[in-house]
Amino acid sequence: MECLLGLVGKDFAITVTDTSVIRSITVLKHNENKSRELNPHTLLAFCGEPGDTINFAEFIQKNIKLYGIRNNVELSPHAAANFTRRELAQALRSRSSYQTNMLVAGYDAQKGPSLFWIDYLAALVEVPFAAHGYCAYYCLSIMDRYYRKDMDLEEAKDVIRKCIDELQHRFIINLPRFVIQVVDKDGIREIQL
Amino acid sequence: MLSDIVAQYTQDSTSYHGDLAFSSSNAWQGDVAKQFGQLSFDLPNTGNPAEFLHQYTDVKSDHDALIKLAHGTTTLAFKYADGVVIATDSRATQGSVIASQSVKKIIEINPYLLGTMAGGAADCAFWERELGRRCRLYELRNKERISVAAASKLLGNMVYSYKGMGLSMGTMVSGWDKTGPNLYYVDNDGTRLKGNLFSVGSGSPFAYGVLDRGYDHELQKEDALELGKRSIYHATHRDAFSGGYVRLFHMNEDGWEFISLTDMDDLHWKYTGDAAVTAS
Repeated sequence: MECLLGLVGKDFAITVTDTSVIRSITVLKHNENKSRELNPHTLLAFCGEPGDTINFAEFIQKNIKLYGIRNNVELSPHAAANFTRRELAQALRSRSSYQTNMLVAGYDAQKGPSLFWIDYLAALVEVPFAAHGYCAYYCLSIMDRYYRKDMDLEEAKDVIRKCIDELQHRFIINLPRFVIQVVDKDGIREIQL
Repeated sequence: MLSDIVAQYTQDSTSYHGDLAFSSSNAWQGDVAKQFGQLSFDLPNTGNPAEFLHQYTDVKSDHDALIKLAHGTTTLAFKYADGVVIATDSRATQGSVIASQSVKKIIEINPYLLGTMAGGAADCAFWERELGRRCRLYELRNKERISVAAASKLLGNMVYSYKGMGLSMGTMVSGWDKTGPNLYYVDNDGTRLKGNLFSVGSGSPFAYGVLDRGYDHELQKEDALELGKRSIYHATHRDAFSGGYVRLFHMNEDGWEFISLTDMDDLHWKYTGDAAVTAS
């Protein structure tokens, strides 16, 4: 029931996460942050099985931070996504796996912005835009229709606005708040629509 | 030196699971505190311990089983300007039978940490006692009290390592540390949430109703305590699996304070305005 979106613009990548924690018929929390900063230019947004998600995301976060400390070079978004995929794939073939879907958004000084889609079966794809969960049904078509390469921030915000409006119009689950984060050459920051 | 630290934190992710469960023959060397830092349990000698236990455990109280879990609960806790209010009912049910009307569902972990009990009574009691032990060890090692954030994370990590093995607990850990009053929700699937207001148990939707309508961060202490008490009362009125007494605690800067234990019957006549019974 969670919503996770992302898209790549001209010189930035954006992630959109809902902020509700729902257990049974109750909304337990209205302002949960469902993303972790992996390094100054890479962001991991996640959804899925409660418990697994945060545990795995923080495990990845700490290891990527450790890599940066040890080597004095930060992992690129591409490398971070592949590291995440491999850890997930290894866990998948063990006694206990993580049921966690993720988006990795990042900005590389050489290669520019990028977005990686990873599901709980450890499939990894680099994509221009992506969605996880039920909201994919509504939002992928919107992004198919309105997404263009090299969009500026205002145009991207417009597409995201369309996605959120549609979710709040048609989706049965009430998702009143979203966190929208931008990754660009200056790092990670939260924006308002 | 640095490489020791690095080795300590770079184990592969999968070995985090069951690190408690499968270490029975693993004797610790060196640090004596570490000996006491690890638990080991005997698990059923089958491929899937959880599945084995599941056939003998009644989870929903709808069939006869050898292992009966006591459950059915209303618990709540909320943070406001002057601290945290913690309130629970006191009923335990096994199926349609009231097993007890005098359960202590607020667990005193130590003088400045409280936990609440919902789900399996034994799991909550055991793991929160274990949490108290680890918090004490932390204090001895670091010459400093553990923060509520760290304490709740300890509990969350402990139960997460047994995920899928049939633990049942929904708890709220509250306390007062350097950062002020704190409240966390921790449950058996490893969820750990920081928040201002939580309610857990079969009566929680009823409690949420009254609580959300009356909640204000700037509430006076007296009014906040009354709100907690009333929310539990209204939940027990509608939820057959909750009842008994309202147990009320308050978290102050210098630790928790027991406020009251009130018979639900007295509260009922007080709130319904019957003059024949004097309110407590």
